[in-house]
Amino acid sequence: MEALIENPGKVVEAERISGSEAILRCLINEEVETIFGYPGGAIMPVYDALFDYENQLRHILVRHEQGAIHAAQGYARNSGKVGVCFATSGPGATNLITGITDAQIDSTPIVCITGQVASHLLGSDAFQETDIIGISMPVTKWNFQVTKPEEIPEALAKAFYIAQSGRPGPVLIDITKDAQQQSFDFIYKRCERIRSYQPYPELREEPLKAAAALINQAKKPYLLFGQGVTLSGAEDELKRFVEKTGIPSASTLLGLSAFSTKHPLYVGYTGMHGNYGPNVKTNECDVFIAIGMRFDDRVTGDVTTYAKQAKVIHIELDPAEIDKNILTDVAIIGDAKQVLKALLPLVNKNSHQQWLAEFRACDKIEMDKAVQKSLEPKSKLMTMAEVVHKLSEKTKGKSVIVTDVGQHQMMAGRYYQFDELKSHITSGGLGTMGFCLPAAIGAKIGTPERQVIAIIGDGGFQMTIQELGVIMQYQIGVKILILNNSFLGMVRQWQQLFFDKRYAFTEMDNPDFIKISEGYRIPAQRVQERNHLDEAFNKWLNQEGSSLLEVVVEKEENVFPMVPSGSCVSKIRLE
Amino acid sequence: MEKREYTISVLTEDKPGLLNKLTIILSRRKININSLNVSTTEVKGVSRFTIVATATKIDLEKVVKQIRKLVDVLGSFLYEEDQIYYQEIALYKLSLEVFQQNGLLEKLIRQHGAKIIAIEDNQIVIEKTGTKQETHELYEVLEPYDILEFARSGRVAISKSKRRTEAFIHELETSQSNTLSIKEF
Repeated sequence: MEALIENPGKVVEAERISGSEAILRCLINEEVETIFGYPGGAIMPVYDALFDYENQLRHILVRHEQGAIHAAQGYARNSGKVGVCFATSGPGATNLITGITDAQIDSTPIVCITGQVASHLLGSDAFQETDIIGISMPVTKWNFQVTKPEEIPEALAKAFYIAQSGRPGPVLIDITKDAQQQSFDFIYKRCERIRSYQPYPELREEPLKAAAALINQAKKPYLLFGQGVTLSGAEDELKRFVEKTGIPSASTLLGLSAFSTKHPLYVGYTGMHGNYGPNVKTNECDVFIAIGMRFDDRVTGDVTTYAKQAKVIHIELDPAEIDKNILTDVAIIGDAKQVLKALLPLVNKNSHQQWLAEFRACDKIEMDKAVQKSLEPKSKLMTMAEVVHKLSEKTKGKSVIVTDVGQHQMMAGRYYQFDELKSHITSGGLGTMGFCLPAAIGAKIGTPERQVIAIIGDGGFQMTIQELGVIMQYQIGVKILILNNSFLGMVRQWQQLFFDKRYAFTEMDNPDFIKISEGYRIPAQRVQERNHLDEAFNKWLNQEGSSLLEVVVEKEENVFPMVPSGSCVSKIRLE
Repeated sequence: MEKREYTISVLTEDKPGLLNKLTIILSRRKININSLNVSTTEVKGVSRFTIVATATKIDLEKVVKQIRKLVDVLGSFLYEEDQIYYQEIALYKLSLEVFQQNGLLEKLIRQHGAKIIAIEDNQIVIEKTGTKQETHELYEVLEPYDILEFARSGRVAISKSKRRTEAFIHELETSQSNTLSIKEF
């Protein structure tokens, strides 16, 4: 046997093993601990090999492949590790697509391994054959089909390198059944470089200096950070930068929890249902600093009226995001941590108290016109806002909040007072209903020491409700909060505001969620009355392991403020 | 902003499936491809895609950056007409009988810098290399003589830049962009 030097100081001998076993050995080399998956014909050799690796690799059997990918996303988003999925060919693979797309647009490191029919059957419309490489092309950072076992180590090494370096994203490796079954001489070498892939462009000095000059002269600077801060682990650098420069700072939806909401320089979150101040002040600031975000249309509204008066500094790792939606005056291409570290010594210590006070004045307006109505409603039933607000108080802003998509998601973003890093997981870019429950399962597995709370609407809950089976089988201690208004609330809100209250197919007859939950042996309770909420929270949160709380909320609550789709951010509606 | 014809030149690893990955970036934005050519380069294992498309410069600049993001793409460049040398090749098939009946034709073909590449089975095939406009002009000249078949290649282009492909690849191979480095200025 040939001895080769793999990683420095570690000598590895080639071993003759099957492709299937090689896949698992690659994962172990990449320090993978957990796999979310679902077996089927074309991936059975891998599952058979997995039987012997049970002690080294934990496999979570989901109830639908969409559950696997969302769980892997939740796992990756919270733990910072790569999420790994297994699925079979055909429907198994296609069921992953929604989650892969979600991971692509929200920059989540994922490696999906799909089984494929034997190589001699490719292209023949064989049983459960689908061209998953073709299908996943536009929604993966990279994909590759393996037809020979010898290709497995390099393909997987590249997959892990690509998924987690630079701007992270999902990678799919499709492996034919014959490549899984044949044996070959296995040696693993981690990937450290791909010449056609340059994940960290060299940081240039001139834009840093230009940005520092703009920041140092600014009278009304405003900073908006996104998930790039969390992805690069730049939370501490951001805090030091903000404190030194005294710049009022806001978060995007995906940036939430990268900076404490209790910090005196934090001015709220921006976007369609964000806070009044950061939206309005976007169009009043003189220098706009965007860090690790991509100017999504839900953030900008009408781009032709967005921050036109300001000098825009865009700090972003992905060069393709520069000038894509908003033209910048200074672009700094780099990782948020790297850039903030380099920028910090170049900026002056400053304070902008008067300017900050303008944000606080906006907060007062928002409080009077929107927040108060939501938190102290006249309605008999509770509002989503007050439930989230009370949950935030109860958990002191320290829990991991995983949300689905819709009104409850916006309410969670608005009213949960995040005070701990890496505490917010949501489907931002794609807006995938059904994301929450499996993502919360993955998040809890990724960080078992933290309290993970899934906040879900009644609509989204029913999209991946089957994953309750995973909670039951593996006793995953996820806390589930259903905000039930028997409506697809956000669509209903739009129907009310923009479609003359024509509530086309948005009202739902729901099943008894308590019975369903109990059917999965998850303790559950329903609360309807305001004065019972506190007690219900206590019981729900103190229960060991998973438990479900259904809160019956006001049917026709609206999320305000709101920047109507495609409007100018300063034309934000407060009511 | 005005839509114009631009040339996108993409250097890639010679890997299957890349053509698809590249073209969906254009089709996503509903940009129609006027012509596309894939060829080898002077560097072994490196392919060149030459895409001609009509769109605004701003849109194509975004497209070029999105193409560059593909893992197997080495470099992606946007060119205006005056930044490149380019040619296309056109083939015209006529009946030999018609050709022989019109003595003028041979002279016309020579005037256009075209040449005859085959005379077989009572047919004659003429080849003309040039810009799209030039090959089109010859088409118009031959049209009255009943063109039996006509085909035109995609554009091939090389830039006027003095950069050597090999040096460009070498730069990529030795750059420090593979890992994150924190440095101070």
